[in-house]
Amino acid sequence: MGFLTTIRAELHVHTCLSPCAEVEMIPPLIVREAIERGIYLIAITDHNTTANIEGVMKAAQGSGLAVLPGMEVQTREEVHSLCLFDTLEQARAFDNWLRAGLPPMKNNPDYFGEQFVVDSTGDFLRREEQLLILSAEYGLEETFAKVQELGGLFIPAHVNRTAFGLLPVLGMVPPELPVEALEISRHITVEKALQQFPHIARYPLLQGGDAHRLDELLGANKFTIAEPTLAELRLALAGIDGRSFRISPRS
Amino acid sequence: MNLQNIIDDLNLTLLTERKDFSAVEISEGYTSDLLSCVMAGAPHGSVWVTLQAHANIVAVAALLELGAIIISEDAQPGPATLAKANQEGITMLSTPRKSFEVVGRLWEMGLRG
Repeated sequence: MGFLTTIRAELHVHTCLSPCAEVEMIPPLIVREAIERGIYLIAITDHNTTANIEGVMKAAQGSGLAVLPGMEVQTREEVHSLCLFDTLEQARAFDNWLRAGLPPMKNNPDYFGEQFVVDSTGDFLRREEQLLILSAEYGLEETFAKVQELGGLFIPAHVNRTAFGLLPVLGMVPPELPVEALEISRHITVEKALQQFPHIARYPLLQGGDAHRLDELLGANKFTIAEPTLAELRLALAGIDGRSFRISPRS
Repeated sequence: MNLQNIIDDLNLTLLTERKDFSAVEISEGYTSDLLSCVMAGAPHGSVWVTLQAHANIVAVAALLELGAIIISEDAQPGPATLAKANQEGITMLSTPRKSFEVVGRLWEMGLRG
């Protein structure tokens, strides 16, 4: 294990595969923009899919930018959660499990937007036909358990947001759900979030850019860790072994 | 009106333990699937219509002392949720009907909210 370094991270990034994301969210531009903004750790988290992660990981090779494979899953309750993994294999195994629980419905690009699978240069590979922004038939608890089983990290996303946020939709963090962190949206400060939802004070809070466009790569989280792995992020969230994290918006 | 009238009229399936539902007065109705709205808006003693079957509905119903929860479209709460409901004394009922129809029928029965 190496020395501890402090790096800026954005753990909630969509690509042009998410129908709601801009077409500019292609691997080389995401990598360039992140580095220009001093962000050296990102997680790719498209809605209910992992198909564009490989392209971003390849595009980032040799750039100094670490890319964690992930997904923003939408569970039965209409709640969004980030599922982060260390390896593409884990993310794909999760994708296979989740895909079986998505109600078959074709995307209508005119209405929802295009869902492009691209390569590491951003070139078109195929259109994803399955509509991705749907609730899977799996509930929050079983999805959490699946992510844990695969070695991943489960973080309810933009918990303060009325649309698909855990707190408005389910009223509170389910008491039996041992989540390790919560993500608040970029539209709220930690202070305001705690005022509005006092009971979340006992969870580590991250802030996500939920980047659907390049200029939404926020990089609001600073992690002091030895390497960009989930094990290190977990130590930082727990604040042990010298690891730590803080929300630090770019000036 | 009492809860037994509602169960009979809408032919609801009882998911939790049987009680004397004719002794449970239902004063008002409420519907929403956003639990934060329910917490802010559902009146005490009301019947709550939702298709949200997550365990948190029990906590919300217990907090607000609701008369019963009617879960629409046959959404199924898990066994742990039902156990918690029994422990908290919350009555959960289910129906294949959609929330729209359940609310319409409750309105026809004279319930207001």
